[in-house]
Parts: sequence; structure tokens; C-alpha cells
Amino acid sequence: MAERDLAAGGSNTPPPGAVTGAFHGARLATPALSIGGLHAWYGESHILHGVDLEVQQGEVVSLLGRNGAGRTTTLRAILGLVGRRTGSIKIDGVEVVDAQPHHIARLGVGYCPEERGIFASLSCEENLLLPPLVKPGGMSLDDIYAMFPNLAERRASQGTRLSGGEQQMLAVARILRTGARLLLLDEISEGLAPVIVQALDRMIRRLKTLGYTIVMVEQNFRFAAPLADRLYVMEHGCVVEQFAAAELDSNMDRLRDYLGV
Amino acid sequence: MEILGIPLQALLGQLLLGLVNGSFYAMLSLGLAVIFGLLNIINFSHGAMYMMGAYVAWMMMEYLGLGYWWSLAIAPIVIGAFGIVIERLLIRHVYKLDHLYGLLLTFGLALVIEGVYRDRFGASGQPYGVPDALRGATNLGFMILPNYRAWVVVASLLVCFLTWFVIERTRIGSYLRAGTENPRLVQAFGVNVPRMVMLTYGFGVALAAVAGVLAAPIIQVSPLMGSNVIIVVFAVVVIGGMGSILGSILTGLALGLVEGLTRVFYPEASATVVFVVMALVLMLRPAGLFGRES
Repeated sequence: MAERDLAAGGSNTPPPGAVTGAFHGARLATPALSIGGLHAWYGESHILHGVDLEVQQGEVVSLLGRNGAGRTTTLRAILGLVGRRTGSIKIDGVEVVDAQPHHIARLGVGYCPEERGIFASLSCEENLLLPPLVKPGGMSLDDIYAMFPNLAERRASQGTRLSGGEQQMLAVARILRTGARLLLLDEISEGLAPVIVQALDRMIRRLKTLGYTIVMVEQNFRFAAPLADRLYVMEHGCVVEQFAAAELDSNMDRLRDYLGV
Repeated sequence: MEILGIPLQALLGQLLLGLVNGSFYAMLSLGLAVIFGLLNIINFSHGAMYMMGAYVAWMMMEYLGLGYWWSLAIAPIVIGAFGIVIERLLIRHVYKLDHLYGLLLTFGLALVIEGVYRDRFGASGQPYGVPDALRGATNLGFMILPNYRAWVVVASLLVCFLTWFVIERTRIGSYLRAGTENPRLVQAFGVNVPRMVMLTYGFGVALAAVAGVLAAPIIQVSPLMGSNVIIVVFAVVVIGGMGSILGSILTGLALGLVEGLTRVFYPEASATVVFVVMALVLMLRPAGLFGRES
């Protein structure tokens, strides 16, 4: 896969400007995530047919595509949550295609599933404290409550009694505590009120300045495009196209074809 | 003094007996609930684990001369370790299959274990004495309270409370609760769920072993003691709601009392009253008294 000039992509991204600086520093390092020829199955159904993608340290990448294109399965396959997978998945250079999910998470991967996965039998705070620390340097509970004041107010409430927006914040917030530096976020803006989507937008920008590496699966192109440094387009279980953010405007027509919007 | 024509002494005696039985129901159904919650396995070999717990106590006395208190500490460890081996060798292979396979596997296992014990020890019971410290009875004025039975009730309440506390109020418990809901996601957060499942099974059957040791001085230690109690315990689990921790404890105690009362007022029904309650609960609240309606 051709290397692209990420700095060019970064310069077109809205502020904060610290983002591009973070890239330059990390460019030479091992990619945070590198996937090659990934096939994945659920039972008998063959969902991914040779996915290739690479995410540099500190980069924000969005996976676009129609429903059923294999984006969610790609995230789940990275964590080993599919039935079977072959090919190569390297996290910070470590091959994990045969590893168990709990070992993969321990390499510093935080996962926010599409269905949010808030536990009904745990309070809001217990949900927040559930994922074990996987690396040093995660946010403290106070940092998280400062970032999401709603969660502080609802800390004693049963997890599933929170509003949809609060549950989404909780689902993202709980992986920020663990020290994971590679975040896999599946449709975090889906079905939420505009004001919540804006809050999530601010959060991603903040995480970007902090140097987190983020892979976002998004249906909501308007949410994803301004945040991402690069965009991958998936179709029928393969990556069919990738753009740097700077190339977005010139590729808009093709993108519309792919996404059917 | 009489209540509804029954002497108070007799009534309280039956209630105590009911409470003792209820303590065993509570401890056994608690283990089943913990196992079912995380493993989705209806552990039909639970009665056999209970029986083996009692036999460990008996064998420690018979062959090693080690008494009751040693057994109470060691039998749960021995049976818990046995459970872990069974989980690793057999049970883990059926997690992905329908409940029925787990039920059949553990049922078959119970038959094998019971068969081995019958072959080795015969079907008749072995006596096991009450430990010296708990012999005798205390006169409470309104009734005579056998010390050992009082101990059984206190000990099982303590075990149940500790288990409830660990599951509902601690961090380890939050893994267990979350794992019960969505084990894959908990594993994706970095928790070693297969190991947690294995230890949970070991812990659940260790609870059965504790119950077995507590029961040894009250009933005769026999290979059939497990199958005698397990059917009632399954009824308790159904009434309380599959997988509910608090539900299994409270239902176990309550049904022991209901049995005791029935024995006073209509002894003929005392063996069936639990199943009548089960049928009523299933009609009115199919998820059980404490279960979450889905």
C-alpha cells in the first residue's frame, strides 16, 4: 500500500494545529495498526475478503462504506471477536492474528462497540471502572468526569438507565481510563442528538491533540470527514479506496457512489 | 401455647428444620445461579459435588483422622479443584452449544460420579458425628435449639452473604456481573474471561462442597444424598429466577420455611409444596420471582 503524505492531509484539517506536529514525530515509528490480507468468518459466512490497511501512530482514520461492507467486522476482527480470521494484524508491530481478545486488549487497544455494550447490572461508575488498566498513562476518573460532567452526575445510576447520549459517552469514556492508545470506535455518533454529536466531535479533537490513534467506523460522513486524517472506503469485505483528508474534495463524486448518498 | 391448634414448640421445631433445609437450598442454588450466570451451564452435577463434599469430610475422618473443622476448610478446595479439572476437560467444550448439551453432559457426569461412589462405598449411608464444640442443645425458653442446626443456619447465611457481597459490591464481582451479560466484550477489555469462567465453576462447586460438609452430621453421608436434594434445588432456582444471586438465596430460605410450615399443617404435601409453588410462579412470572423479564 502506498504511503501518503499525511502532513498534507493534516494541514487541511481544522485546528488544533498541534495535530500535524504529532504526526511528524510519529511518522518514522512502527505503525500503530497494520492489517494485511485479513479474512474473517462468522461461522460459515465469509465476511472479510483480504482487508489491507495501515494506521500510523497518532493518526485518526475513518472506515466508510455501506451497511454490510465489513467495517464493524474489521474492528471486531482486530480484537479477535469474530469466529475465525486469517492474514496479518499487527498492533505496534506485534502480530495478533492468533491471539486471544484479552491479550490483544492488553497491547493497548480500547474498543467501543456499535451497540455500546453498557452493562445493566453495573452502575454508571462501575461501568466506567470495569475495563482493567492495560497501559500506564490513562486518564484519571477526575479527568473523565471533567470531560463528561453528565457522567459525574449519574455515577450511581444503573448503566442502562442513562440516556442514549450518556451511554455513548460512557462507552467511550471507559476506554480512556485504561491507558489504551489505539481506540476502535464503532458508529459513536449514530442516532444521537446534534448537541451530543458536537460533544463527541470536541472529544475526538481533544484526543487527537493528546496523540491517541483512532480508527472510527462511521455511517455519518459529515461527522467523520472533518475529524479524519485519512479515510478508507470498504465494499464487500475489502478496502476499495483510500483518501487523505486533503484529497477529499476532489474525490467527493466517487465517494458518493461508494456510499450511495 | 398453641397457634391454630398446633403447639408452639412443634411449630418452631418445624420452622427451624425448614430453615436448616432452606440453608442448604440457598447455598446449593446460589452455586447453581453463579455457574448458570457466567457459564450458561445448568449444572446437573451440582448434587454430586455436594455429595462428594460430604464424602471428603467422611474420608478425612475415616482415613486421616482429621475432624470436622479441617474438612470444612479442605473439602471445598478439593472439590473446587476437581470442578476446575472437569471444567477444563469437559464442560468448556459445550459452551457454544445449546443449553441442553451442558445439561446432558453434567447429568451424565452426576450419574458416573454417583455410580463410582455406590460401587466403592455401597448405597447405604455412613454416619458422621457432630463436632464436639457443637454438640448438645440450648434451651431458649420457648424451644430447645440444637446447637449444630443453629450453626448450619448461621454458617450458611454467612457464606451466602459473603458470596453476595463479593459479587454485588466488589470489583471482582463487577467482572463477574459484566461477564454474565456480555463475556466477549469483557474479554475485549482485557479480562481473561476463560480463566474467570474456570474459577467461577470451581467456586460454585466449592459452595456445594461446603453445603455437603455442613450436611454430613445431619443426614447420613450416602452416594444418593445429592440426587435427593438436587431436584428441589432446581425448583428453587426456577422459582427465584435463573441466575439471580439474591433471588436464589432468599428463595432457598423461604422455600425451606414453606416446607417446614407445610409439614406442620398438612404433612402429606410437604414433599410436593415446592413444586406447586414452582408451577404457580411459572404461570404468573415465568422469569422467576427475582429474574429479569426479557
